[in-house]
Amino acid sequence: MTPARASADLIAPVLSGDRRALARLITRVENRAPDALEALARLHPHTGRATLIGVTGAPGTGKSTLVNALALALRQRGQTVGIVAVDPTSPFSGGAVLGDRVRMTDLAGDGGVFIRSMASRGSLGGLAAATGDVARVLDAAGFAVVLIETVGAGQSEVDIARMAHTTVVVDAPGLGDDVQAIKAGILEIADILVVNKADRPGAQNTVRALRAMLELGHRLRNTGHHGAGLLPAPPESLTADTWTVPVIETVATEHTGIADVLAALDQHRAHLHSSGEIAGRERQRVEAELLARLREALLARLLAAHDPATLAETVRRVVARELDPASAVRALVAAACGDSDASPG
Amino acid sequence: MTDGKIRVLIAKPGLDGHDRGAKVIARALRDAGMEVIYTGLRQTPEMIAEAALQEDVQVVGLSILSGAHLALIPRIIEQVRAAGLDDVLLLVGGIIPDGDIPTLLAQGVSAVFGPGTHTDDIVRFIRTALATPSA
Repeated sequence: MTPARASADLIAPVLSGDRRALARLITRVENRAPDALEALARLHPHTGRATLIGVTGAPGTGKSTLVNALALALRQRGQTVGIVAVDPTSPFSGGAVLGDRVRMTDLAGDGGVFIRSMASRGSLGGLAAATGDVARVLDAAGFAVVLIETVGAGQSEVDIARMAHTTVVVDAPGLGDDVQAIKAGILEIADILVVNKADRPGAQNTVRALRAMLELGHRLRNTGHHGAGLLPAPPESLTADTWTVPVIETVATEHTGIADVLAALDQHRAHLHSSGEIAGRERQRVEAELLARLREALLARLLAAHDPATLAETVRRVVARELDPASAVRALVAAACGDSDASPG
Repeated sequence: MTDGKIRVLIAKPGLDGHDRGAKVIARALRDAGMEVIYTGLRQTPEMIAEAALQEDVQVVGLSILSGAHLALIPRIIEQVRAAGLDDVLLLVGGIIPDGDIPTLLAQGVSAVFGPGTHTDDIVRFIRTALATPSA
């Protein structure tokens, strides 16, 4: 084995389009290698040019196939495309089977496309902790559009909305009635709704249910996705240039409706700029990223401050009902932070 | 958190359409804590090399049941080397006559695993060859 090249050595080749260096740097970013942070810092001035598009939806709705079709259409009009496809990590073994490339074979052999599969590695929001950083590396490498495909998402995996400029939520016929459509969560984050497999029976019912859901209410965009943001949200003007979420029917395997999705993506991008919403989204994105990084950094410091035996003993005491989980956490945090209030309970 | 996972590409080159064996291996490697990129059927040597490069895998596992291994493997090795992936571990599984194994090994294949191989042996081989602590 040749020794792994340091992240810093990979920066110049990545910026000049070396695909092998790009793949290697992504690995180091994904592994949270200490020197990757420095590389990301140096790439930061080269980022901000790519359009980031999120594609999410329940398992089996056709996200990968749609990404494949969208990427082909983007290539046909001359735009380069980076793809990050996230699949879940097994909570038991820590391993993963990443199968999104199976649907993307149309893109093989095209030097204007770069596909990277990522395992979620324990993150629960539909992305991996490093997905944003990997998207940023692809941005710096010069890809005009970065498509980010989430894990098959249920109702709460909404992190993608904080990362992408435009979020496409993919639905398919037969997945639920109109009550599913008014629940909070994934449908709320859609800038564009796609009903894929629109040639299947029941597609019109799904389209109708989604349209009815959209007519029920105006979205509240600037609320934090987990109920609270870092900063108070500025009041949102409801009279300004508001976006109407389109519902678009596609049959991604046949490339039917893809031109309509592309047109909607263009319209949404134009809307973000004309309404000034792009600045608000960028602020939200940075805020969410800072929170996520703070969480990660503080957790690592906190865990490092305790010896594993203390943690094991805490688990034992909670299991034995000698201590409740909330008090245990309070004690662990207080001990690590040197607070005086370290007594459990 | 800085420990890398072992990343493995599992591909089926050529035209045979039976991917059960490849899926069994993918699942076994997943259960051993590895990240397996599964690319599916009918992959050309160019597609395999391109995917291995983009995914930055340490291991490429090929499943061939068609009997075309002596024709396919040299082309795949050529493409993988042309992509600059000199240190990738190349494993072959499927229906490979014993007499062909020395030829494949001489061409640059790291190991050949025939039917009946215990998946634990494949996991152990990969871990030993990469000298990586268990994921």
